[in-house]
Amino acid sequence: MAKNNLAFVRKDIIDESPAPNLSKGIVGWSKENLFSSPSNTILTIIGMALLLYILPPLYNFVFGHAVWPGEGVTVEACRAHGTGACWAYIDDRMSFFVYGFFPKDAYWATQEGFLASIMQYWRVNSVFAVGVLLLVPLMWPDLKYKTVNAILFFVVYPVFVFYMLKGGVFGLEEVQTESWGGLTVTLIIGLVGIVVSLPMGIVLALGRQSKMPIIKTACIMFIEVWRAVPLITVLFMASVMLPLFMPVGMTVDKLLRALVGVSFFSAAYMAEVVRGGLQALPKGQSEAAASLGMNYWKSMLFIILPQALKHVIPGIVNSFIALFKDTSLVSIVGIFDLLKTVQISNLNLDWASENQAITGYLFAAAVFWVFCFGMSRYSLMMEDRLNTSHKN
Amino acid sequence: MADQNGSHKNVPKPSFVNDPKVRGIFYQLVVMAIIVAFVVVVAQNTAANLAAQNKSTGFDFFSQSSGFDIFFTLIPYDRASSYWDAFVVGMLNTLLVSVIGVFLATLLGFTLGIARLSNNWIIAKMAMVYVETLRNIPLLLQLFFWYTAILKTMPNVKQSFEWFGSIFVNKRGIYFPKPVPDDIFNWVILAFFIAIAGAFLLKHWAKKRLENTGQRFPVFWASIGIIIIFPALVWLVSGANLSFDVPILKGFNYKGGLVLPPEFMALLLGLVLYTAAFIAEIVRSGIVAVEKGQTEAAQSLGLKDGDRLRLVIIPQAMRVIVPPLTSQFLNLTKNSSLAAAIGYPDLVSVFMQTTLNQTGRAVEIVFVTMMVYLTLSLLTSAYMNWYNSRVAMVVR
Repeated sequence: MAKNNLAFVRKDIIDESPAPNLSKGIVGWSKENLFSSPSNTILTIIGMALLLYILPPLYNFVFGHAVWPGEGVTVEACRAHGTGACWAYIDDRMSFFVYGFFPKDAYWATQEGFLASIMQYWRVNSVFAVGVLLLVPLMWPDLKYKTVNAILFFVVYPVFVFYMLKGGVFGLEEVQTESWGGLTVTLIIGLVGIVVSLPMGIVLALGRQSKMPIIKTACIMFIEVWRAVPLITVLFMASVMLPLFMPVGMTVDKLLRALVGVSFFSAAYMAEVVRGGLQALPKGQSEAAASLGMNYWKSMLFIILPQALKHVIPGIVNSFIALFKDTSLVSIVGIFDLLKTVQISNLNLDWASENQAITGYLFAAAVFWVFCFGMSRYSLMMEDRLNTSHKN
Repeated sequence: MADQNGSHKNVPKPSFVNDPKVRGIFYQLVVMAIIVAFVVVVAQNTAANLAAQNKSTGFDFFSQSSGFDIFFTLIPYDRASSYWDAFVVGMLNTLLVSVIGVFLATLLGFTLGIARLSNNWIIAKMAMVYVETLRNIPLLLQLFFWYTAILKTMPNVKQSFEWFGSIFVNKRGIYFPKPVPDDIFNWVILAFFIAIAGAFLLKHWAKKRLENTGQRFPVFWASIGIIIIFPALVWLVSGANLSFDVPILKGFNYKGGLVLPPEFMALLLGLVLYTAAFIAEIVRSGIVAVEKGQTEAAQSLGLKDGDRLRLVIIPQAMRVIVPPLTSQFLNLTKNSSLAAAIGYPDLVSVFMQTTLNQTGRAVEIVFVTMMVYLTLSLLTSAYMNWYNSRVAMVVR
């Protein structure tokens, strides 16, 4: 009987009480992530100290004490003692950084205003605009007509770029490739490198897997030799030896030499990436294709390559990123890419000041970083979308 | 039944044109012909071009006197030395920066890779920002940046930073005292190597004892003790003398001692910081690749934290880490050729630029340079393949 009279037995369930203050919110979070153990606390303190040491001077250099472009801002402001980055210098040299020595349009060069500043370089700018118009739908995952779009971007667009910049047809004034420069050239080398190296890499990778000994050996030698030497020696070779390889009296355009060097170099790396994808496919896939009566090229095109390439998208994009960073090396063989224009501007006495060179390099670094980081994030996104495995 | 048995006899032989074997041979002959034709045309053109430019060929230039100076050499070298000496100087400089760079980049890379996995939020985020920033900016740009930054922040010769009156830092480089050992000192060096061998034996013995008796021995501290104490004893007993050649300010510059020029520092700094970012990612993915069950199994066996890492996690992670790590070492070696851009006298700068400009033997010099890099990369990958086969998983 006494059982029923136990006063301390509850009959209804009490509501959940809120978590103790020390284990939620900022306090709980920092307890868990910053101060979970003595060694962790020490690490946090060291990290905080490092941040305090690095961040304020960095902030002051880039923002706080920096000289921003504006009305009446001259080089004198940058020469003052204790100033940070001289962004006014970047603003002043911007068109050189983007267009290099590309000649201004005769009519618009005399005009004033925002429209004129764009139309002065309407040929280069239209190349940029068309490029963005083709690239955005190509990268937008849900849009249709990918094949048409890809052909337009990878085949038609390079031709368009060439004639638009080079001129000499349709009444456009001819511009030698020596006058191309800045970000334009960097993007051109990147684009050509990508357009050439991917198909070439695929062919080389297939050749390396081939059962025909001569083709296999040739491909292996090509891949291994290019991969073993540094790009700079390849570029030197292209600039010194390509002219020797041509018939007497024939000259090769300087930019073309660099393009050949960069493309072959990255094709060899691309081949290894693609090979990784080919080797990861189980043999059953090609056997299944063969049993359906597909010949070699059909089974490659419709069965093997789509799966193999999907496997190695991160690797391919990594190669693209490496290629894009490597374009900066052409500045050593005398081509006016973004880095070279920055270097030349850094010697410009009109803006000579203490932080001129550092500011220039920071700007170039920021441009490269945006492109490369963008590519790597995009590849992460595509990897997620194309992941059809049932592992996760 | 008869039909079925005979059926494969009745299959018409594929026509000559469709036979895969015949086709294979045909394709290969075509490829071969194209390659041969290409080589012949290129060789003819090159010969014709060289003849047209009145240039001589051959490797005889190696013995000629170079006539240019190199400001940073590991072996004695001056203007009168031959091009071969210049070649060796360049190659040694490349090797020097690569070896030191690989060592430091591995240290920093492993630290960063482990830091990215730290459960300390600040440390993990800092490592992430470092990696994502550094690996998305071209190395060449970073080299220019460091070179400018070093030249800008270092003081002039007269205002050199000074430590202990013997290490000096200024715009011209870092000056160290140079050790000048006398003859007896060789015994100390010998003792040092003997001590290292002894440490290895000790490790072997300690492992055996642990397996037999379960008793532990503090191998690490004991080894360090041996490696320091034994050579020091030999030094004291033998009375060997180690004097130092301290750099002294004479006129406008420091004389004597060891000098590391700012070009070397900028190149090393750039290579190490850049490569470490890639190594960090490799290390992180290697550690992540070890399944959580391994950690749990090790814990349930009662292994201490240190043993768990050393005996269970790291050996398995190394399997994933080593192959890409190899290619990063190779990349660092190849990237050291960017020295040409900031004027550090490496192989490319000394041989492929200066020597090529002076002698004009483009074909020979490009060939030799490429062979050097080819050999280096083949040697590295051979070593790493051997290591890899040693740590590879043995499937039972």
